[in-house]
Amino acid sequence: MSAIGDITIITQRQLRLLTRVPEVLIFSTIQPVMFVLLFRYVFGGSIDTGQPGGYVQLLMPGIFVQTVAFTLAGTASGLAEDMKKGLIDRFRSLPISQSALVVGRTLGDSLLNIVVLAVMGIAGYVVGWRPSGGLLNVALGFLFLLLFGYALSWVGVLVGLSASDARVVQNVSFIVTFPLTFLSNAFAPTTGMPRALQYFAEWNPVSTMVAACRELFGLENQFGATAGSFPSENPLITSILYMVIIMVIFVPLSLRRYKRSAD
Amino acid sequence: MKTVIAEELVKTYDKGKVRALDNLSLDVEEGTVLGVLGPNGAGKTTTVRILSTLLRPDSGRAMVAGIDVIKHPDKVREVIGLSGQYAAVDEILTGYDNLLMFGQLYHLGKKNAVTRANELLERFNLTEAAKRPIKTYSGGMRRRLDLAASLIVKPKVLFLDEPTTGLDPRGRQEMWGVIQELVKGGVTLLLTTQYLEEADQLADEIAVIDTGKVIARGTSDVLKKQVGGERLEVVVESAHIAKTMQIVAAVSGLTPTLDEGLRMISAPVSTGSKALFEVLKNLDDAGIHALDVGLKRPSLDDVFLSLTGHSAEKKEDVA
Ligand SMILES: Nc1ncnc2c1ncn2[C@@H]1O[C@H](COP(=O)(O)OP(=O)(O)O)[C@@H](O)[C@H]1O
Ligand SMILES: [Mg+2]
Repeated sequence: MSAIGDITIITQRQLRLLTRVPEVLIFSTIQPVMFVLLFRYVFGGSIDTGQPGGYVQLLMPGIFVQTVAFTLAGTASGLAEDMKKGLIDRFRSLPISQSALVVGRTLGDSLLNIVVLAVMGIAGYVVGWRPSGGLLNVALGFLFLLLFGYALSWVGVLVGLSASDARVVQNVSFIVTFPLTFLSNAFAPTTGMPRALQYFAEWNPVSTMVAACRELFGLENQFGATAGSFPSENPLITSILYMVIIMVIFVPLSLRRYKRSAD
Repeated sequence: MKTVIAEELVKTYDKGKVRALDNLSLDVEEGTVLGVLGPNGAGKTTTVRILSTLLRPDSGRAMVAGIDVIKHPDKVREVIGLSGQYAAVDEILTGYDNLLMFGQLYHLGKKNAVTRANELLERFNLTEAAKRPIKTYSGGMRRRLDLAASLIVKPKVLFLDEPTTGLDPRGRQEMWGVIQELVKGGVTLLLTTQYLEEADQLADEIAVIDTGKVIARGTSDVLKKQVGGERLEVVVESAHIAKTMQIVAAVSGLTPTLDEGLRMISAPVSTGSKALFEVLKNLDDAGIHALDVGLKRPSLDDVFLSLTGHSAEKKEDVA
């Protein structure tokens, strides 16, 4: 099918960009690795996890999820940049499947995540991260992380095509992503938060993803006020539901936006 | 046969506040070049974007190669090439990578795409720079690569939006050469420009547009006649003014005007540099040394002035 061929070519373009500008790859891995080291050594000593293996076991799933969540910003700013340079116009004037450019972009960004997650995993291992869920579950955890990043990448498509300026895109993406990753169980247990925030954190897709990964990596989740609620009991199912909801809403919206860009 | 037809196109932006196209109609005969001439903000880019399927008009009809642009944009995309106002090539990739990628997206297959990329690089004098990232290219090289990208599948209809804006005189000359070559190959071309000289050089017919409407159309000769063609200007010492007036009048056939302050004598001429040469020779024979001499070509401003009574004032370029 020619649509698949088109998508493959666009994805290859994404990857070629990485080889031409190695800085992108370096910076997108340095930042999360820096987070691993900072959190591990700055907070690691003061957060009592009650888990064997210490804070780093809890931390790694949190940082993995945070990192893939930033796919949203990456996709958005990449597309905004293409739009500004008129490249989107050129692609849209080609006799190719109209969704190829955005689908290829989301896939390329997800492939980048594979590399980033691998580097982070190694960094984590070096500082003591030892997942104990069994090979299959750990692999499943990484697969979910990639899917979560992929779903958010579609939100990024809409943000990138809607904004007028690449800097606005960066700011919007960070304003959306930062609170979501911090108002969650990613870096510290929610048990110490005010009750209202605990409920927010409980339903926060970042938390359900983190909790799901922790389960798959062989850890026990801790909950405060929200123990026993549906997302706390079923983080994996809740996360899958979230991904489906995000895709169902944002794939058609983003594609529509792409076809009409600049109308 | 008309290969491009636009009928009463209307396009507004910002919820109707900006009327970019106001019942614009034009057409291009098969195998000819139409120059769409207009100042910034006249609606050139909007017209090109509608004809190349990137934008839907609010109302009106557009046909390209017999295909309805609004109903079958996908079919139109198979027969057109577009080179937008800003060179739309991937900055980070090399020239070769860009052409290869676009060739593959045109479904040439890897092998043919490679051959075609090399052919085009050669033809546009970019072989040497082929393996360098675009961000190291000059403005002229970028535009040439962009044009090459729009020619990958030999389109029936080509749209070029201000192909030489921002280029230095040499880049402009090169681009003109490239475009003239293309036209010999028989492509139907719609090109937009802000320069009368460019439309004159490249186009068989010119449509002058202002505030989203065609305000005049015809061959460049017809338009230039409307404007008055070229003017010859000579500056001499005060003592030589009278004699120079005679010489210029003889060559021009019309009574010259004199700007006493500048000591400049000027008159319309129809034979361009030939007239210039004649005047210089006659002055020389008369022992008169010209302090300054030149041909002033009518500019877009002159065309506008004579067509609309107002000059082509610069508007902010948004799109
Ligand atoms: N995306 C846009 N939003 C609002 N106004 C626009 C947009 N694009 C163009 N315009 C306006 O439409 C008019 C025509 O623009 P354009 O077609 O770009 O002219 P040209 O290419 O001849 O300079 C201008 O007044 C311009 O400001
Ligand atoms: Mg324009």
